[in-house]
Amino acid sequence: MTANRVLGFFIGLYLCVFFAYLFLPLVFMVAAAFNDSRFPTMLPWQGFTLDWFYGFDSRGRAIGLFQDARMGQAIWNSIIIGLGVIAISLPVGLAGALYLQTIRSRAKPLIYGIMVSPILTPGVILGISTLVFWRYSFGVGGGLLLAMIAQSTFIAAYCMLLFMARLERFDRTQEEAALDLGASQTLVLRRILLPYLMPAILSAAFIAFLQSFENYNTTLFVIGTQDTLTLNIASRVRLGLTPAVNAIGVIMIVLTIVGAVVYEILRRREARRSAALAG
Amino acid sequence: MRDVLHRFGPATGALVLGTVALWVILLVVLPQLFMIDMSLRPNLPPAARGGPDDVWSMSNYVTLFTNDLHRAIFWRTIVSAAAVTILALVVCYPVAYYLAQEVRGPTAAIFVLGLIIPFWVNEILRTFSWFLILSRNGLFNQVLMGLGITAEPLNLGGVGAVMLGMVYAYILFMVFPLYNAIESLDKNQIEAARDLGASWPRIHARVVIPHAKPGIAVGCIMTFMLAAGTVAVPQLMQALPGGTNARWFTQIIYSLFFDGGDWNAGSAYAFALLAACIVFIFVMMRLFKVGIADVAK
Repeated sequence: MTANRVLGFFIGLYLCVFFAYLFLPLVFMVAAAFNDSRFPTMLPWQGFTLDWFYGFDSRGRAIGLFQDARMGQAIWNSIIIGLGVIAISLPVGLAGALYLQTIRSRAKPLIYGIMVSPILTPGVILGISTLVFWRYSFGVGGGLLLAMIAQSTFIAAYCMLLFMARLERFDRTQEEAALDLGASQTLVLRRILLPYLMPAILSAAFIAFLQSFENYNTTLFVIGTQDTLTLNIASRVRLGLTPAVNAIGVIMIVLTIVGAVVYEILRRREARRSAALAG
Repeated sequence: MRDVLHRFGPATGALVLGTVALWVILLVVLPQLFMIDMSLRPNLPPAARGGPDDVWSMSNYVTLFTNDLHRAIFWRTIVSAAAVTILALVVCYPVAYYLAQEVRGPTAAIFVLGLIIPFWVNEILRTFSWFLILSRNGLFNQVLMGLGITAEPLNLGGVGAVMLGMVYAYILFMVFPLYNAIESLDKNQIEAARDLGASWPRIHARVVIPHAKPGIAVGCIMTFMLAAGTVAVPQLMQALPGGTNARWFTQIIYSLFFDGGDWNAGSAYAFALLAACIVFIFVMMRLFKVGIADVAK
């Protein structure tokens, strides 16, 4: 073997180990959800079961995930917060992107820096500062509303970056042509800019919902006495762990993978389409 | 401002400006200022707030650095987060390089998809998967017992377990910035360096790494910020047997807010953590000579 082939072998091995490291823990977690064992573990394998999704133990007590009313409530809360975050972050992110694209001020880098700073701020800090400010200024305590607000501080910035990336390729002569032909500025926004931004609006909505649904660190400080899905999972791990937690994991992983694959396919199709239009 | 009103007309333009102003003021700037203000005030009963005792002082910060336990946990959090960042960088660099430069065509696309999928799986679940491996009945203990290395399951909780969980939870925040930066490097530059007789380490030191600097800076900043600022990973990993001593600084902050009811000290501790992250960002920008515009993309 030449030196190159030895090197190639080790690189291949390294990549294999790396991907095993990425995937195997998740595979073990998924497998344990179907193991007929009291503990969430894959080994020893004691037979396939769906009891951790819906089932009863030997004394007839409900043990499955779907029989848990608190879990249902937590999922509902997560969905409501996610929708609220979309409702706040999309308009805010869009306004921010349009604003930055339009202004020609020397303060632009500073304004941009302030707008994206929440992305570089630890989530717990966003939660704490939102809690302190809203509690003492407006008397709004922890709860679903405050969770939406706190999460939107950084999710709006993500949405803004998505809009900015698309606006960068926008041909402003279209806008000028429409204005010359007598369209009002509002009509230009509605009929030219927003349709052009539609793919970015959809992906921003998807990303915003997912970011919100998965959020833990910010939410923990602003949720008050309510529960969300991620908080529920964490409290289950700490107090009385059963493979029902793994069952939640399975469902979330399946949903995220389906979402991610659909998102990637749509994104690539859109990228190809705009590449074709540009070329 | 005039540009915006000119482009969108008075009504829509005002809406755009108003929305931006509300966001920046109500969601970004004022909350931070309030937190700082809070951190400078003493913890008083509601009746005494705004009274003669409610004056600014550094006492909450002084507490942080005179309380031996809290100070030790603060530094441990910062040092561990830096160690997690370095570990993630070392592990990810070869992967990012080979996927970006050496693997081609459909194979590369599959590999990248293989990175994207776990990236979407949330932090709690990724941490939980390692929690299971390290738990009393977990895979790691079973393998050890199966091989006869130990007769009884070991208690695997501790700072090391928290760090393992963090590397696993945040490694992809390192891979993608590195990958994107290295992918934009023209292959011909590497070829040219090789043709001119440069050795592998030299090609990396003089061609690839200088080109990838912004990516390295972004990956390090994100990983450090997530590791230093997470409460999810330590909270979960603490439930491991033997893990009760591995308290993280974010957990101290949490208990100040919700167990101790001392929001003033909690705010001071939170600001100290934020300051550490800001210092880290500036150190990285200095070290890799990149601007804020390269970082926040």
